[in-house]
Amino acid sequence: MTLAPETTTLRIQLRPATPTTSAVSSSAVDDDWFAVCDLSMLIPGRGVAALLPDGRQAALFLDRAGRMYAIDNRDPFSGAAVLSRGLTGTHQGRPFVASPLLKQRFDLESGRCLDDDSVTVTTYEVRAR
Amino acid sequence: MSTTAPVGTGPRPTIVLVGHGMVGQRFLEALAERGLTATHRVVVLCEEPRPAYDRVQLTSYFAGRTPEELSVTDMEFIAEHGIELHIGDPAETVDRAARTVTARSGLTVGYDTLVLATGSFPFVPPVPGKDAEGCFVYRTIEDLLAIEEYAKARATTGAVVGGGLLGLEAAGALKGLGLTTHIVEFAPRLMPVQVDEGGGAALLRTIENMGLTVHTGTGTQEVVTGDDGAVTGMKLSDGSTVATDLVVFSAGVRPRDQLARDCGLTVGERGGISVDDQCRTVSDPQVFAIGECALASDGRVYGLVAPGYEMAETAAATIATVAATETDGVDGAAFTGADLSTKLKLLGVDVASFGDAHGAADDCLDVVYSDSRSGTYKKLVIGRNGELLGGILVGDADAYGTLRAFTGSVPPIAPEQLVLPAGAGAPVQLGPSSLPDEAIICSCHNVTKGAIRGAVTDHACTTVPEVKKCTKAGTGCGSCVKVLGQLVTSELEASGVEVDKGLCGCFPQTREELYEIVLALRIASYQQLLDRYGRDSARGGDGCEVCKPTVGSIIASLAPTIGAEGYVLDGEQAALQDTNDHFLANLQRNGSYSIVPRIPGGEITPEKLIVIGEVARDFGLYTKITGGQRIDMFGARVEQLPLIWARLVDAGFESGHAYGKSLRTVKSCVGQTWCRYGVQDSVRMAIDLELRYRGLRSPHKLKSAVSGCARECAEAQSKDFGIIATANGWNLYVGGNGGATPRHADLLAQDLSDAELIRLIDRFLMFYIRTADRLERTSTWLERIPGGLDHIRDVVVEDSLGICEELESLMTAHVAAYRDEWAETINDPEKLSRFVSFVNAPDTPDPVVGFVPERDQIKPDLPLLTIGTRPLEGSAQR
Repeated sequence: MTLAPETTTLRIQLRPATPTTSAVSSSAVDDDWFAVCDLSMLIPGRGVAALLPDGRQAALFLDRAGRMYAIDNRDPFSGAAVLSRGLTGTHQGRPFVASPLLKQRFDLESGRCLDDDSVTVTTYEVRAR
Repeated sequence: MSTTAPVGTGPRPTIVLVGHGMVGQRFLEALAERGLTATHRVVVLCEEPRPAYDRVQLTSYFAGRTPEELSVTDMEFIAEHGIELHIGDPAETVDRAARTVTARSGLTVGYDTLVLATGSFPFVPPVPGKDAEGCFVYRTIEDLLAIEEYAKARATTGAVVGGGLLGLEAAGALKGLGLTTHIVEFAPRLMPVQVDEGGGAALLRTIENMGLTVHTGTGTQEVVTGDDGAVTGMKLSDGSTVATDLVVFSAGVRPRDQLARDCGLTVGERGGISVDDQCRTVSDPQVFAIGECALASDGRVYGLVAPGYEMAETAAATIATVAATETDGVDGAAFTGADLSTKLKLLGVDVASFGDAHGAADDCLDVVYSDSRSGTYKKLVIGRNGELLGGILVGDADAYGTLRAFTGSVPPIAPEQLVLPAGAGAPVQLGPSSLPDEAIICSCHNVTKGAIRGAVTDHACTTVPEVKKCTKAGTGCGSCVKVLGQLVTSELEASGVEVDKGLCGCFPQTREELYEIVLALRIASYQQLLDRYGRDSARGGDGCEVCKPTVGSIIASLAPTIGAEGYVLDGEQAALQDTNDHFLANLQRNGSYSIVPRIPGGEITPEKLIVIGEVARDFGLYTKITGGQRIDMFGARVEQLPLIWARLVDAGFESGHAYGKSLRTVKSCVGQTWCRYGVQDSVRMAIDLELRYRGLRSPHKLKSAVSGCARECAEAQSKDFGIIATANGWNLYVGGNGGATPRHADLLAQDLSDAELIRLIDRFLMFYIRTADRLERTSTWLERIPGGLDHIRDVVVEDSLGICEELESLMTAHVAAYRDEWAETINDPEKLSRFVSFVNAPDTPDPVVGFVPERDQIKPDLPLLTIGTRPLEGSAQR
């Protein structure tokens, strides 16, 4: 179901938090940012999923204080692309999302799984401009 | 005939186990724990057509537990340890000279060690007609299936021969099948082995009050049959007759020792394979016998599972010692006798006996408390020096765990304090903290109080599940779990750890306390609640996945009363919901969703069935009939949900709330309208109730059912609230559960009119919503809250707290404010915009969600979940 979203002046942009060595551009170059959607599409405390040009999916979150986070949308425990549909929260001062399938929690800044040290998901830098 | 291993030692010595019951399975686990499955070939011959299952809980089959759920055999365990398990192939002969066992199929296996775990067989008194059609025994799942089939097809009355433990279990099963039930016991009282005359009298009254007919002090003389050879009744030795269509013999068991007799092993005078302290047969050091088929070195045959487990461990330990040291292993473990303490719930009555229950010791004295009105009987046997020797509890066995642990020592308080009911005299709380360290808390696994304390102090366990994992305590029959919980709490408190009863890391309050705050202060905002009442560290933060949906549910339950948005996706409420509530559908393993439209009472028109069929066909959905008489459609992607629901709403369907912690379904049987047995219109009542309580958010899901007669085809007694029709109205049962921990519902009130029934359910549900913990079903809530069912009856029937008017008005407000969530959603463009897989590509489906065919429908394409996580070649960012 397609609906024209209301637009504001702010667009959310993403890029991998740790650029791979093959990425030519330096982080200072603006065009390695990928525009995803209008800021108004985010609800505090909930996520949305974005399809990236390389076929990956990112899960984007907005917290209560207006900070944005993005991690890989794929839940590494189930393989399903559902992390954007998890509930977010704060654990020891750090933001996390809990997978809606089996409830494992992931740190939204580091991508580290709080319930299994051996598992980490990719993170993205996010900005709105 | 083939010989699959040479006589004596092959490359790996062979252990043959004959019999795969609970004790046999425990023996296999004990072998594996000691590494013997790696060094030995292990072959198991099992007579029954299924691997080991929980025979102790056999009767729970009639409470809805499936044979699969009763299984105690993990097939992965069997495979992982390379155990050769032959199902349905009993051992028929043993050649001790050649050291071989031959099974019915002709399979012959050579052994180095033979372990007999053949169990026992039901004793059938040699009366004429005992083999007639309609006569059964009560021992295996197959027996139960046969009884059930016969009862449903052609019986309205059943009789059980034997009023012991198993006999009462069988009687409970027959009653559960809707039969008029008789119990015939030769001894002058019920359960003659476990209880004394006073206990038997209390038991008798309670069981007769349930409508069962008990004949004690009389034997069965003859089973009478009709012209077709089927049972029509029984003649008893006192000259009386009982008309019955079905007879279950449950007059005790005998050791199954024929195989041992045939191969010349010594057996006891009254049966049982004679073994020594190591569970080795006295005749042959290569042969062991364990469990109910063994006659232990103390001259007894043990018919309980805990001693059987102990024998299994002893035999495995002995075999391990022999293997390691090549000695005869006599220094190792030993089985020299066992505690016969038991606690059971028979026909809903607690019965426990422990220690020297019948006061056989010299100079012992009794302390007896008896209340025939409530059917309670308690007797303690006290020794010469004041030590507790044993006792019997009927009707109220709550003190069993504590009392059993004190057995053998002098309790710190006067014995009469131990048996008086709470409130009589000075109430004395005899906590487990007063127990000595050597007191056995878990008799199934022989775990002492000291070991449990050690788990808390030395192994840093802070919860009951952790302690269970660490010590195995409470993982057998489970009767000690309550004491275990008290012990863990008191130990934590003693070591200065504050036991935090808060909901989660964000709130120090329980769910009940949060409910009271929300209701009293009319707080309709999660953030406001967190910032004002949350823990200091959590205020201003984003909460967590535990408290958000919990508070969301409380606010939704109270929405009309506190002036919150009624719709779960409105405003701030949207961010609190679990994904199921957020998308108003059930998330499945590959990220797709399933859809369940409401079908009140399970009644549906052909036109609506056609619509469901057409919708499922047009969207390519997998369809399945649910246990709650509805239809579940699987495999919808997020962006399809509104399109599907537009069609369903158009056809008159509404949300079934299968995704919510809310009322799911009110199942019904067809009732008086069609059924020749029905006494009330169960379908109409089910529809009325489902429409009244639809959309009600609660601490956990709520299930209900209405049966049109006592045959109970709708299985109402396994529901959170279940209704059974009577000639005079309705009986209301509460706190039932199926699933992993089945519980029969308790009768709350009888012969209610329609209006009385609805008023009582209104109060019950609102009291549950008010006081239950997060994700606590009514069954666990009822067990947890102080006073249990009696307290709930006081509150919702007698209005002892004076809150019934408030409870009713809360429900009235809910009913008035109900709106269909899906109808609202498809008419709101803003909400519909959330139903996309990708915010930046609303028309692109999630590529991970794919399907492959199976049995003419679809199933998730699981390989898709494991590929595609790597970046696609040559598609660098542009």
